[in-house]
Amino acid sequence: MLSVHGVFKSYATPQGPLPVLQGVDLELKPGSSLALMGESGSGKSTLLHLIAGLDKVDGGSITSGEHRLDQMNEAQLANWRRTEIGLVFQQFNLIGSLRVEDNLAFQARLAGRHDPRWQAHLVQRLGLGDLLRRYPEQLSGGQQQRVALGRALASQPKLLLADEPTGSLDEATSDEVLKLLLELLDDSPTTLLMVTHSPRVAARLAQKVVLHHGRLADAGAH
Amino acid sequence: MVVWLTRARIDVRVFRETLRALLSHWRQHPVQFFSVLTGLWLATSLLTGVQALNSHARESYARASQLIGGEPQASLSAPGGGVFSQQLFVDLRLAGWPVSPVLQGRLTLKGHDDQRLQLMGIEPVSLPAGSAVAGQALAIGRIVEFFSPPGSTWIAPPTLQALGLHDGDTPISENGQTLPPLRAQPDMAPGVLLVDIGFAQQILGLPNQLSRLLLPKDFSAVLPDQFKGQLQLKTSGEENNLARLTESFHLNLDALGFLSFVVGLFIVHAAIGLALEQRRGLLRTLRACGVSARMLIGCLAVELGGLALIGGIVGVASGYLLASVLLPDVAASLRGLYGAEVAGQLNLSPWWWLSGIGLSLLGALLAGANSLLRAARLPLLALANPQAWHQAHARWLRRQGWVAAIAAVIALLALIWGDSLAAGFVLMAALLLGAALALPVLLDTVLNLLLLRSRSVLGQWFIADCRQQLPALSLALMALLLALAANIGAGSMTAGFRQTFSDWLEQRLTAELYLNPQNPAQAREMQTWLQQQPQVTAVLPSWQVSIQLQGWPADLYGVIDHPAYRQHWPLLEALGDNPWDRLAKDDALMLSEQLARRLKVRLGDHLTIPTPNGSWSPQVVGIYADYGNPKGHVLVNANHLLRGWPQLTPNRFNLRIDPAAIPSFLTALQTRFALDDSRIVDQARLKGWSTQVFERTFAATAALNSLTLGVAGVALFISLLTQSQSRLGQLAPLWALGVTRRQLMLLNLGQTWLLALLTLILALPLGIALAWCLDTVINVQAFGWRLPLRVFPLQLLQLMGLALLATLLASAWPLYSLYRTQPADLLRTFAHED
Repeated sequence: MLSVHGVFKSYATPQGPLPVLQGVDLELKPGSSLALMGESGSGKSTLLHLIAGLDKVDGGSITSGEHRLDQMNEAQLANWRRTEIGLVFQQFNLIGSLRVEDNLAFQARLAGRHDPRWQAHLVQRLGLGDLLRRYPEQLSGGQQQRVALGRALASQPKLLLADEPTGSLDEATSDEVLKLLLELLDDSPTTLLMVTHSPRVAARLAQKVVLHHGRLADAGAH
Repeated sequence: MVVWLTRARIDVRVFRETLRALLSHWRQHPVQFFSVLTGLWLATSLLTGVQALNSHARESYARASQLIGGEPQASLSAPGGGVFSQQLFVDLRLAGWPVSPVLQGRLTLKGHDDQRLQLMGIEPVSLPAGSAVAGQALAIGRIVEFFSPPGSTWIAPPTLQALGLHDGDTPISENGQTLPPLRAQPDMAPGVLLVDIGFAQQILGLPNQLSRLLLPKDFSAVLPDQFKGQLQLKTSGEENNLARLTESFHLNLDALGFLSFVVGLFIVHAAIGLALEQRRGLLRTLRACGVSARMLIGCLAVELGGLALIGGIVGVASGYLLASVLLPDVAASLRGLYGAEVAGQLNLSPWWWLSGIGLSLLGALLAGANSLLRAARLPLLALANPQAWHQAHARWLRRQGWVAAIAAVIALLALIWGDSLAAGFVLMAALLLGAALALPVLLDTVLNLLLLRSRSVLGQWFIADCRQQLPALSLALMALLLALAANIGAGSMTAGFRQTFSDWLEQRLTAELYLNPQNPAQAREMQTWLQQQPQVTAVLPSWQVSIQLQGWPADLYGVIDHPAYRQHWPLLEALGDNPWDRLAKDDALMLSEQLARRLKVRLGDHLTIPTPNGSWSPQVVGIYADYGNPKGHVLVNANHLLRGWPQLTPNRFNLRIDPAAIPSFLTALQTRFALDDSRIVDQARLKGWSTQVFERTFAATAALNSLTLGVAGVALFISLLTQSQSRLGQLAPLWALGVTRRQLMLLNLGQTWLLALLTLILALPLGIALAWCLDTVINVQAFGWRLPLRVFPLQLLQLMGLALLATLLASAWPLYSLYRTQPADLLRTFAHED
């Protein structure tokens, strides 16, 4: 279970602190999926970064199981990212100097959970069989995002955080990637939290929340 | 324990995977990999090469000083430095003095005319108790072998090899004497042959003559009256002076080596910084995947250490080669300037190799620390954000400006209050560092001003894009600035010295012939004979005695009053209008510029000179230049000198003679006196030898300067090449808007040239300031003489041309790559905006 309670976050600017999140509450059950929506600047990526342990809250708490993220030090947050979550970015963020097969296995190896059979399953499901020996720059956007998905899921994380994973893709590719993602999640107990501004994408997930000026404006199940 | 082991296993796993990911970058970017290696290689190579030369030379001095006795010893020698009768040794022994005779001379072996060796004859039996010879305590058996026929000639293995001879050989000297069998001894000084004194007297043709009488280190007594005037006591060995005299020479080499090291480190800094910037996406991904900041920095540090080790090993090996190449010139300079013998083959300890690699590791740490700190301090989410990096760079630039200002203040303080060679180097280092750090700030300011004046749209882009490239190119430009300034400064000093030296030589060397008599008896005879030769228009005898003035070795020369000195001996400073008259009549002296500085005496001061009859305090009436002489030089009237040393005979005769009459005169001279050829020097040969010593002295400097400029050129090439890929993002929009690739190429070249030209313009005043430091501060502190500052416009133009050519070569490959870039590559930049 992921719990976000009264989270505040602001950033320093020359004009003074800029509040981004102003008391956000959120709960996500294990195995479920949530779309985090809102207009640009509403704080959705910030919230995702806080849950990923990439940034620290100014106030409030973030809990996952027995882990209190707001009380972790830097080493503990790194451990959290390595072993408990998978991250998918809009810009793929693959390691350009490693081949596809090495990219896929990278986080799983870091976490000490590399399972060749599970990886083979992902390769087959994501249609990456012919691309394993290539480098990321030799792939299309859709192909790179599939590799990024594969890398995130290869370590079998409890929580998958996706920051606009289809934002750089056309509609057809977007649907294809999303379909693959949801099918793969059906096969695992991984919880999904996805930032998106697409209502079409949000409609495919079990829950939806909308952030507006750093506060929750809407929460709903589908 | 179990928890600790588990954590350790996790850490090892994360470390391994992270390092693998980081290292994969170099596979994809071999140019960057070789950039870092090249920087470390060049930096280590030049510095260790210089250190190899210096430590090898110092080891040779140490061997020379250890040759007899193992420590600097007291000795007795003739006041004029020549030979004296063996009877004095016998008389002193009878008087209870524990003296041991030594005879020294120079010889060449048949078939080896180009190598003059020092022959030293000793009497091992009478050496002070406990003395070692060439590092060995002699057993009785070896002593007997030494003086019993056929005897032994001890020689250093490198000297034996250089002569192409073998153990047991019996070479013949040029005067037909056979030497005892050669025996290689590991601790022998280079260029020295050690034999029993009996053999030495025979070989040198000096029967019953001696050069020195050694005394035990702690022996103290007053020389009996009957020996005063014939012998003088020296309390420290000449070798001690050698180490002190050559220290400045070696310090200057060290300074050049360190400059090259710093320039090389700029390459490393640039390459590492750019590699880090290009990997910022990778760093973000690694952090996002759960690699902690500490682990990431640790892996980056290990990666850097590995590169430093490889660069260091290659650098040390090539440093050895460089030193081997430069050694002949350096050895010739030391021999010519100081009479120091340095072995012709390098022989370095394992410690030297290890210290070279250590230097590479230290250099990599210094060069890479800033980038590692930047990566460690930036917030995780800002890692991939170019703006965050550039803001960090802007902050760094401001800090750099402040450091430059502080360096300028340090330079000023060193100039005002510094009074030592070390202070001189602090002045130069602060000047160079301050200028280098201020360069990016100055370039940014100039480009800003140019941007304000720019009217055309391409012109505006040209300047604005130039500014944007500054962070990536600033280090290479700083290296170029330093290298150019060093070349201008050292080149100006060398050229100025050459001209000054040449003028001075023309003035001073007016005699057509210079004769050195073999012994006092011959000197008396020669003086009378020369006066009778009609073709000789002037005979200028000089008497010489070696003295110590406030601990400094000096030669005191007595000369007659003759118009030749007044017309051809220029004075830098003179007391009154007729200093030569005062020298002739009064208790007066003139001394060399470097001795005056060392003793801190000025015109009108009185200098106390120790004589056998007590102290003498003549007044200083003139100061003259004496370039290239490490010892002090003092000029007094001959009559005044002979008052103190009445038994002295002339040690040299300078002759004015019609050049056409020289051959017949020499025939008559040789018929009469059978002088060794080395004792007759004509003006042309002396000038040629002096100029050759000068040229060889500065050959090593010139080589290191050129290499430093080459290193800076490589730094620029690497910077341009490594950022050529990331430049596509700036160039693609122009191409999309209608600028052709050819135009882009020319614009790029123009930008590089503009930056190089601005750097060159700033290097000019810096180089001249450096030349002034070298002429008036470093040279004065190191050697004692001051040079006038001369600027040679042609030399500056040549250097400018060379720098622009180097810039063209450095940018050739990146421009060619740009020219060959396909439209698809340019389009791709729009698809993946980072």
